[in-house]
Amino acid sequence: MNVPFPDLTPVIPEIIMAIVGSLVLLAELVFTNKKPLGYAGIVASAIVIYLLPLCKGEAFGGMFISDDFSVYFKMIFLISLILTILISLKYLQIEQADFGEYYSLLLFSTTGMMIMASARDFIMVFLGIELMSLSLYILCGVKKHDPRSSEAAMKYFLLGAFSSALLLYGISMVYGLTTTTDIYGIASYLRQTPPTLPLMLSMILIIVAFSFKISAVPFHMWAPDVYEGAPTSITAFMSTAPKAAAFAVLGRIFFTAFQTFEPYWTVILAVISVLTMAVGTVMAIVQTNIKRMLAFSSIAHAGYILMALIAGTNEAMNAMKVYLLIYTFMNLGAFGIVILLEKGENISDYNGLSKSHPFTAALMLVFMFSLAGIPPTAGFIGKFYIFMAAVNAGYTWLVIIAVLFSAISAFFYLRIIMNMYMKPMSETVGVMPSFGLAAALFISAVMMLAIGLIPSVILY
Amino acid sequence: MGHDSHPVNTETPKSNYPMLRTVAMVLMFALLVFFGAELTKDLPYPILSTLIFFPILGAVLVLLTSRARATQIKWTALIVSLVTFLLALPLFTNFNKGTAAMQFVERSAWIRSWSIEYFIGVDGISVLFVLLSALLTILCVSVSWTSITDKTKEFYASLLLIEGSMIGVFCSLDMFLFYIFWEAMLIPMYLLIGVWGGPNRVYAAIKFFLFTLVGSVLMLVGVIVLYFQTDRSFDMLRMMNTNYPFDLQIILFWAFFAAFAVKVPMFPVHTWLPDAHTEAPTAGSVILAGILIKMGAYGFLRFNMPMLPDASKALAPAMMVLSVIAIIYGAVICLGQTDLKRLIAYSSVSHMGFVTLGLFAFNMQGLQGGILQMLNHGIVTGALFLLVGIVYERTHTRRISDYGGAANVLPVYSALFMIFTLAAIGLPGTNGFIGEFLILVGGFTASKTLGVLAATGVIIGAAYMLWLYQNVFFVETNPVLLGHGFKDLGMREMMTLIPLVILVFWIGVYPNTFLSFMDASVQGLLDRINSAGQANVAAQIVEVVK
Repeated sequence: MNVPFPDLTPVIPEIIMAIVGSLVLLAELVFTNKKPLGYAGIVASAIVIYLLPLCKGEAFGGMFISDDFSVYFKMIFLISLILTILISLKYLQIEQADFGEYYSLLLFSTTGMMIMASARDFIMVFLGIELMSLSLYILCGVKKHDPRSSEAAMKYFLLGAFSSALLLYGISMVYGLTTTTDIYGIASYLRQTPPTLPLMLSMILIIVAFSFKISAVPFHMWAPDVYEGAPTSITAFMSTAPKAAAFAVLGRIFFTAFQTFEPYWTVILAVISVLTMAVGTVMAIVQTNIKRMLAFSSIAHAGYILMALIAGTNEAMNAMKVYLLIYTFMNLGAFGIVILLEKGENISDYNGLSKSHPFTAALMLVFMFSLAGIPPTAGFIGKFYIFMAAVNAGYTWLVIIAVLFSAISAFFYLRIIMNMYMKPMSETVGVMPSFGLAAALFISAVMMLAIGLIPSVILY
Repeated sequence: MGHDSHPVNTETPKSNYPMLRTVAMVLMFALLVFFGAELTKDLPYPILSTLIFFPILGAVLVLLTSRARATQIKWTALIVSLVTFLLALPLFTNFNKGTAAMQFVERSAWIRSWSIEYFIGVDGISVLFVLLSALLTILCVSVSWTSITDKTKEFYASLLLIEGSMIGVFCSLDMFLFYIFWEAMLIPMYLLIGVWGGPNRVYAAIKFFLFTLVGSVLMLVGVIVLYFQTDRSFDMLRMMNTNYPFDLQIILFWAFFAAFAVKVPMFPVHTWLPDAHTEAPTAGSVILAGILIKMGAYGFLRFNMPMLPDASKALAPAMMVLSVIAIIYGAVICLGQTDLKRLIAYSSVSHMGFVTLGLFAFNMQGLQGGILQMLNHGIVTGALFLLVGIVYERTHTRRISDYGGAANVLPVYSALFMIFTLAAIGLPGTNGFIGEFLILVGGFTASKTLGVLAATGVIIGAAYMLWLYQNVFFVETNPVLLGHGFKDLGMREMMTLIPLVILVFWIGVYPNTFLSFMDASVQGLLDRINSAGQANVAAQIVEVVK
């Protein structure tokens, strides 16, 4: 039998990432200084970013699709990867977690996300999710000497495995009812069937599984503990790229496969969204550890992004992409500052920072105002776009709730600024500047102001 | 600190003729303004953009200066603010008073995919506030000259950033642009209160920020709704000529009310103001009282009234009642204050009540009086905060009971304080009289009861201001006060106050200079309100505006 060799053009970016990941794994045996491996990852990502728009099309009989939607998300993952590597280079040496596998796993994890963004088949989705998650479980525990890191990895693994099981359960039920795992196939089947209880149940299982991934309430419990225990650079990565990947899948599944169920899932997601914003915002207020605070803040942000899904228009999808891109820059920037400070885990460590390190404090000020969504920073543009799309789709009530939580959230972001600028120095906090970290912070801060002032650069 | 930091000692050699030097300096300043006006009159430059971005560039320049060069930073800030004011003068000289249309318009695409434009311009309502912002910033730089010693760089940068965004708020004709400036101003203002303020500054700063932010985000929802109702356009002129359904207008009115009422501040949401005013550094108080809270009233004038005329008319009684409550409540609270700045802060609540009363009376006198009173309040309360700041720098106390007999120690200072006290009370011949008189005339026309009630606010106002003056400047001289052995106003301080004294009498004696600016625009606004719902008249206004 003569099977034609498939056209692999759409998959070239993923192939490159996987090969570089494997090569890094091999090269790790040779290199004593692990930094070049990190640089290799950056170079590979940059090349892939360049190649992405050129590799559009379908592959593997339509299971894999590379379109505008997936390309934008892959850019977000790769930008997040580059910034994460930049902030990791020195941090790993200090934490004595300087393994070559670290960079390799980051590359594999990103490959998994890229597959998720491109998946047009539930099997492909699952493949991508597992590749992404398994790499992340290990990365969480990379600080081997730190029990908190191991605990975080264990916790993340258990809950992650649980959510994967739920997802598989949902997928298998859908398969059983529709006899296909192809998203378009499911869509065309569902168009002819009234919503039945088993179908609803399978959809709910899939929502629950992804709620774990985006840490939406009430499936958010793992996030603060894992974010706190994991190495800060991994926390930064986990709070951005995997979330974006989960949103990419959610967008694709709900707009194609479950499109006919829109009245049902919008209600479910609206409830989740409001709960997520509420719990994220309120819990962030009482935190004393900045990593936990940022964890809850990222939960709240997931709530805002869910609004875009609920609105469910093309405009809203664009808003979601733009928001995730902006969010990637600002969250990585904020975590970058946490890494920059030698012992910057407690909020009180920021007391008087503007006096000892005025430039660092100014950068943090930009990131905090951006996370709070105050113009003229990029955070405002992102929120504005989502709110605009939601109002246009008729969800004004949801927007009113969101803006109120957004105003409340300003309180805990401002608390950092207050500590930096308005409190006397408690003790001198040292900083550990390095070229990579400085570059990442600089890029993020510039993007915050550039997008804030000239949003046209990322709107289209 | 005390008298050691007296400016005359540190900056210029001692002079035997401080008054003479001051007069000479004032004359020089007047000449500078006069020739500046002549010079800038025909210069072809995009005046409003310059006014917005020149201070912001100045702030960047200040931020780039080395921290150690405090003197250079101060001079940069002073020169930038002075030049901004001189560059603003063509607004005064070249303004066409005969039309209600926007002038000095600049328009270009900004964010195409959302059809957002960089669209700025001024009319008779906003032009005076642009000028006032430029003027007050100079005075703020000047009054902070010796009192701000910590983080000078950030302080002057914040001040200039505030100036740029304030002017931006008054010039914006695109709703999105307006919102950006409106919110962006919160950041430097928050820092100004929180970093350089009094003992309770952190609490005051966060309270200020959260109050205004909650109001603003509700307005944001309103802005977005308006955007879709106006065919995806943020063009404010277009919104002013669109007739929205009545029910929608009512909802939007409350959305905008949330933002503007907090800023004004109107009665139930005023509680941030006393804290913010009291704890802010002098320059912060002046900006807050002079410009920032005017933005709320300006918002009513620019958004609620022309864009939502039916709702404004329907809800005007409620607004007027809230205004009168603010007038009387603010005034009564003033009677019980023990803190100098807090008293003046609460008097702002009362005075701004007059402003909103005048605006929502919806007649020529009320509207003109309201706008003029906004200006007056900026001048008089700004001056009072400057005066309190000047004496605080010497005594480091704001408690009224710590003073007494100051007139013996500081004769020139007491005289100036008297002028502004009387202006605040509304003595004929000062600007306060013109504003309050017009408002009361307007208020009486709209509702006799409310007019009478508002007038009692004037009486209580006289009571607390004179009580304040008596306790600070007369009664027995406080020995503690004498112990400071401090000097009367120095030249820099005189220079800071004299422009405001001139304005007090200028508006008091010949208000027409300023009223004439707003005649056409206020008439246009009234026409719009009265013609609301009538499509054909609205079409005529389109012609006028174009």
